[in-house]
Amino acid sequence: MLSFIVNRALQMIPVIFGVTVVTFALTQIIPGDLVDVMLGSTASEDARQELRHALGLDQPVIVQYFSYMSHLLSGDLGRSHLFSLPVASVLGDRLVNTAILAVSATVVATALGIAIGTWVALKPGSLRDRGFTVAVLFLNSMPPFWFGLLLILFFGLSLGLLPVSGMYAVVDGGGLGDLLAHMVMPTLTLAAWSLAIIARMTRSALLDVINSDYIRTARSRGLAEPRIIANHALPNAMPQVITVIGLQAGFLLSGAVLTETVFSWPGIGLAMYQAISARDIPFIQGGVLLLAIVFVLINFVVDALYAYVNPKIKLA
Amino acid sequence: MTNQSIADLAPTADDTPSILRRLLGNSAIAIGAIIIAAIVLAAALAEVIAPYDPLFANPLVRHKLPLSAGYLLGTDELGRDILSRLIYGARLALLVAVVPTLIALVIGGCIGLIAGYAGGTWDHVVMRVFDVMFAFPGILLALGISAALGPGLGSMIIAMVVVTIPTFGRVVRGGVLAVKEEPYIEAARALGYGAFRIALRHVAPNVLGAAIVYATLQTGRNVILAASLSFLGLAPQPPTPDWGQMLSAGRTSLAIAAHVSTIPGLAIVLLAIGFNLLGDGARDLLDPRMKREQP
Repeated sequence: MLSFIVNRALQMIPVIFGVTVVTFALTQIIPGDLVDVMLGSTASEDARQELRHALGLDQPVIVQYFSYMSHLLSGDLGRSHLFSLPVASVLGDRLVNTAILAVSATVVATALGIAIGTWVALKPGSLRDRGFTVAVLFLNSMPPFWFGLLLILFFGLSLGLLPVSGMYAVVDGGGLGDLLAHMVMPTLTLAAWSLAIIARMTRSALLDVINSDYIRTARSRGLAEPRIIANHALPNAMPQVITVIGLQAGFLLSGAVLTETVFSWPGIGLAMYQAISARDIPFIQGGVLLLAIVFVLINFVVDALYAYVNPKIKLA
Repeated sequence: MTNQSIADLAPTADDTPSILRRLLGNSAIAIGAIIIAAIVLAAALAEVIAPYDPLFANPLVRHKLPLSAGYLLGTDELGRDILSRLIYGARLALLVAVVPTLIALVIGGCIGLIAGYAGGTWDHVVMRVFDVMFAFPGILLALGISAALGPGLGSMIIAMVVVTIPTFGRVVRGGVLAVKEEPYIEAARALGYGAFRIALRHVAPNVLGAAIVYATLQTGRNVILAASLSFLGLAPQPPTPDWGQMLSAGRTSLAIAAHVSTIPGLAIVLLAIGFNLLGDGARDLLDPRMKREQP
């Protein structure tokens, strides 16, 4: 298994290299160039040339890429004109908030997804099962931000149960209770899509397993159904479910951009939304790069985990 | 062996009548088709059926609730009729869902076909490039490209195409690898047909089914992707009626006029459901191998 993990780790190197090429290319496809975006149309030609020279934009593309890479390796992602701070420091401050949201959404989507998927798999073809199919279709056809707005409307504005924006209350805010209250709706919004997919995969993986011979044997031995499901069926359905959970990581990271925007959650996503309207390209570039690298790393961890739970790979 | 008998060996030859019968008997496809047909019809007949000019703002009737006299779905923050804006907006919604899918299907399909059939270095290079593209989660790359190019319809479509090409490339390549070793392809090779002719006339038609199923499902995803990009401010600029933007603009008046946001959202959901039902149904019918999730 160790050689599998080492191999898999080595595969990440060219991918991350490719990711830097793509994010670098983002500045190359700007109509005009970065200076036009930063200075607008009113600046003088001299000022443009000066900034172009300062940013190295008058160099050949390949030189620009190497300069981008050397800055990157020293942790310099450029300067955000929207926040008037180095991009890396804004991203660093915000990463924790995005991680809080992404992790809580993963936990909720996984726990509820597996529970609901199992519950539905116990009675295939029933009314419960059909209702589930319709619910999954709805959740997967729903823009996440719209679902967030519905939650705000119902739990925030109509019932007044939950705070509708931010991470802490402005007045007398702070503390874990306050944070948790602010987290409920963004977490549900972000988790909804993944929850539907994890539940669907749990259901189908369980149904595959439940019809197999060894489950029939367990039943014939007179084991109680809950015990059969928990001890015999679920563990064997897990590898498939884990793969799907891993695939959701990408959705959770990109979904965070939308969810944070709806709930004004002060993470990378909200900052990127603000950067879009300010045409703060260096910030968007840095955000895309960071989230892509996090995504690559998460996929690596998921693959390692998959190798751990799947005996076929574990023993190889 | 003649050309005719090679075609006879291929699986698609005479399945058409039974596929058609199964298509009509599949309720998912039927419901999906009705939803899409209704939206296409509304878009095509917008001038005839829309009660008002979608851009006409009447400050006297701002934030009218649905079912108000003269305004079936109410009015928005500028006093524009929401129903009319939805009907006209259907054009853009269909356009940004279907066009990027088709372009990506053609480009990604060609790349996948060549990579799968030619194999070797070319295949290796293409797959590594795709690996890099897949390293970007969901809408993130689309957001980056769209933001760099500047908001607008063109940049939105380019961004969506770039992001979806690898998925189609991979689906088609996988299909080609499976079909490549079939006896009828070997027969064609034995007859001395050129690689180009075999790839285009004998391999491509047999991976098209899976690609079309995938394209239908991707169209449903593109409905959401496009709405997400416009929600983030990357849509065609106002006042063009755009569902994602209508939803986004209505957020500011959520407390006093929730329908301004919720109704366009419902339209997006309906369109996505239509394509998803079509895609799910088509997948179950045409590509049993992909039907793994519903035993």
